[in-house]
Amino acid sequence: MTAAASTTATKPARRGWAFLAPTILPGFGTAFGFTLAYLCLIVLIPLGHMALRAADVGWDRFWAITLAPRVLHAFYISFGCALAAALINAVFGLVVAWVLVRYRFPGRRLIDAMVDLPFALPTSVAGIALTAIYAPNGWIGALAKAAGFKIAFTPLGIVIALVFVGMPFIVRTVEPVLQDLDAEVEEAAASLGATRWQTFTKVLLPAILPALITGVALAFARGVGEYGSVIFIAGNIPAVSEIVPLLIVARLEQYDYAGATVIATAMMGVSFLMLLGINFLQRWTRSRHAR
Amino acid sequence: MPADPHSRRPAVGEGPLTRLALIGLAILFLAAFLALPLVAVFSQALAKGVGAFLKSLTDPDALSAIRLTLTVAAIAVPLNLVFGVAASWAIAKFNFRGKSLLLALIDLPFSVSPVISGLVYVLLFGLHGSFGPWLRDHGVQIIFAVPGVVMATVFVTFPFVARELIPLMQEQGVEDEEAAIVLGASGWQTFRLVTLPNIRWGLLYGVLLCNARAMGEFGAVSVVSGHIRGKTNTMPLHVEILYNEYNFVAAFAVASLLALLALVTLAAKAALEWRFADQIAAAKR
Repeated sequence: MTAAASTTATKPARRGWAFLAPTILPGFGTAFGFTLAYLCLIVLIPLGHMALRAADVGWDRFWAITLAPRVLHAFYISFGCALAAALINAVFGLVVAWVLVRYRFPGRRLIDAMVDLPFALPTSVAGIALTAIYAPNGWIGALAKAAGFKIAFTPLGIVIALVFVGMPFIVRTVEPVLQDLDAEVEEAAASLGATRWQTFTKVLLPAILPALITGVALAFARGVGEYGSVIFIAGNIPAVSEIVPLLIVARLEQYDYAGATVIATAMMGVSFLMLLGINFLQRWTRSRHAR
Repeated sequence: MPADPHSRRPAVGEGPLTRLALIGLAILFLAAFLALPLVAVFSQALAKGVGAFLKSLTDPDALSAIRLTLTVAAIAVPLNLVFGVAASWAIAKFNFRGKSLLLALIDLPFSVSPVISGLVYVLLFGLHGSFGPWLRDHGVQIIFAVPGVVMATVFVTFPFVARELIPLMQEQGVEDEEAAIVLGASGWQTFRLVTLPNIRWGLLYGVLLCNARAMGEFGAVSVVSGHIRGKTNTMPLHVEILYNEYNFVAAFAVASLLALLALVTLAAKAALEWRFADQIAAAKR
């Protein structure tokens, strides 16, 4: 690292354990102190406090609340729909990223900019817009109704909302990897007689796969916690289309603070495990990429 | 963006039919999931004419929601801007133990459900929260009031500026700053005259994303706001209330304002990415 090299050159390295590497730049104490204080105040203390409140509830009640059928079903719906949406996005997001990186066509830049719409559009706006489209009297919902099935107010509606929310994660993680791919490996594969499809599955896909998995994990993690875009289209029928975040809000509205805290903490726990998984995947991606 | 190396290599490209099919598939997918919702918002907002649309926007409750949304963003974004600059200065310009842990913790709000982001403050400052009775005795209300809305918004927009600045400042290294210090500049002069000009576009980029999220946040704010019309209702919450009252034209009218904000954000973001690609980290991460 250039930073380490230049700072160690200015001063002889201190012996033994040092928290801060030698440097001539000022302001570390202020910046680091402020960062840590702000982080603790806004994020760590409130989150830690919630975990403590959940611990207050006691082990037996914790599991009684978490393992209640309605709660378990909400977990099943939240995680199941988020996984389904992430996998759908893996396919279509890859196609979108591929098209945006490799092909030139009119409107490409506009489409490239629009991919981030789900990041920029408030979730409640996305929620009511998707409901308007997929409700039985909406543009696509009416088609589905004619075909004999419902989209909005079923788990399928939740998947639709989560596909919308998660799509940019896949496209934006895969895009840079596709851009960096060497054309030479493809040429080598082609000159050795591979068909285009063989080149894709045997040469390109393995190179893209780590990024694709990271994108899927990010979209999945976001989908599990998503609230605003889902609650309008889900219909929120208990044990059918009820998601965990909605259950937390429902408990809060009934002044069942213990219930809300326990469910939220259980969800945080699972999210934390997923964060570890994502970190592991990213490290794995990098080590493979470095080769 | 470099010219596409594959476009003139028939040996490794796809056939024209495959290309066309893939482009068609991508456009169809994006049209269904991106364009259609936008069209739906604006067409529903104008379903009963421009008069009804404008009337919904000039409703006192709508105006107060717009005012609150702007106020909350005006507090939350500068706070996270200061934090982002401080965090990126500490993380990008120095080497210290536990840096990757600190980075992971800064990202934490991204992996917390928005509902939980609101809940943590209810548990602290709500009537049944740990500080609730004390706050009530001293006549301070945080939950179901504006301070709670601000706190929840600060929580969910916490990482945006820092996440943009850290990789950018890491890329730029410390040589410029070290030279300034060696030449006798003070720390503040170094930051203002050397660092700031290098990061200004990245800073703007981060603020843009932070602001869009701050104005559009729904889940976290919905938990702490109490939905008091004219008082603690932000625009995204007002959309929900109107929608649940079957007042669709008004709901979509307010939603169309938020959609417009999203479109302006995207346009500004794209403009920054094309014009200053080398001075923004996120564009080519």
